[in-house]
Amino acid sequence: MSKPGGYINRDRLWHPPALTPAYKSSVTRSPNAPLLSLPTSISEETGPVFGDSIIGELDNDLILNFSSTGEAAIGPRIIVHGRVMDEYGRGVPGALIEVWQANAGGRYRHSKETYIAPLDPNFGGCGRMITAEDGSYEFRTVRPGPYPWPNTMNDWRPAHIHFSLFGAAFAQRLITQMYFEGDPLVALCPMANGIADDRARDMLVAPLDMNATIPMDCLAYRFDIVLRGRRQTPFENRKDGL
Amino acid sequence: MTQKLDYLKESPSQTAGPYVHIGCVPNAVGVTGVYAQDLGSALFTGPEPSDAITVKGTVYDGLGSALTDAMIEIWQADANGLYASAQETRGQADPGFTGWGRSAGDLATGEFSFRTCKPGRVPYVDGRDQAPHITFWIVARGINTGLHTRLYFADEVEANALDPVLGRVDPARVGTLLAHPEADGIYRFNIYLQGEGETVFFDM
Repeated sequence: MSKPGGYINRDRLWHPPALTPAYKSSVTRSPNAPLLSLPTSISEETGPVFGDSIIGELDNDLILNFSSTGEAAIGPRIIVHGRVMDEYGRGVPGALIEVWQANAGGRYRHSKETYIAPLDPNFGGCGRMITAEDGSYEFRTVRPGPYPWPNTMNDWRPAHIHFSLFGAAFAQRLITQMYFEGDPLVALCPMANGIADDRARDMLVAPLDMNATIPMDCLAYRFDIVLRGRRQTPFENRKDGL
Repeated sequence: MTQKLDYLKESPSQTAGPYVHIGCVPNAVGVTGVYAQDLGSALFTGPEPSDAITVKGTVYDGLGSALTDAMIEIWQADANGLYASAQETRGQADPGFTGWGRSAGDLATGEFSFRTCKPGRVPYVDGRDQAPHITFWIVARGINTGLHTRLYFADEVEANALDPVLGRVDPARVGTLLAHPEADGIYRFNIYLQGEGETVFFDM
């Protein structure tokens, strides 16, 4: 019988490198030395457990979860849904997903944010959920607006939603961003373009999913997420020469 | 042509950006009323044990400036060397200790601080004991993929000397992974992202 082994190593050429000079903030925040690659041990093959009990009723409804009056946030209403899987295509159940985003005008609710677009009194911009047994999840929000940011004199972020993921193990810890199908700003974005391989970048672009819409109410986008997979070892690991 | 391997590729990372706190520690930045409390704000779910410690530090960029927009997470075993994880098969971890913490750091100075315990020893892949250590994960604007490092305790000289991971680190850089006692029960662990004294980061 096979036993769980270590996690499959990250393909670092698939991820953006630490230094992507077109994204200027990376220039002073990227290590110069190569990462030290080692197999996962129990320290990385374990991870915190987040039960359904931490999740409130409106946690996955960004349209309503900040409003004190029950009034809905302003903007195009959308559902985002998908599956969290590992590299073998198996659903990852019990994964904690946290999301955050700007409002429909492209404004974040943050004390250090100064963009001219107004705050929406009914939009906080955060949500969270735990994946079901098959790895599926969904939340409701408004489509975030694009916004300018200080990099060159005229850089604009494509509309995007930030995702933070906890799988079964700390080795699977991941933060990424979801972009929207058809947004011409994705191709101009220094952050998205930090990913060299088009196939990798395409994994972050969610298609419109008409089958998941609610007619006369809400559009829908599908966004599947893949976390690192864990090897199954039919034979014992070598004890030496790791 | 060959048969096709139908494995998937991991979703590529993207920076957490400057507003990671809205999503992960919203109460700390004034987005209140959505979650009762920020996850990871306390590792002890009940009373602290008498040997609780404080781990504090600051993350610096390549110009020596403190990061004030980072998010730092830690993950560790309990005092007996057991993880509070569904993947832990060696025994039952302390039910009053989550082993996981998350901090935005001080929004003005960037200093982070965790109340925790010194973890027990856990085995390496080959069965050898690892020295007590805490996994650190740092995300921020300008960090494209979360940076993973480990805190070891400078006062665990014997255990550190036999640690299989430290044994793979350039001896000249081992010191970047050591937290030093600053006062009774307080350890300092500064993280240097780049340049002189650059912290060792792992790909594990």
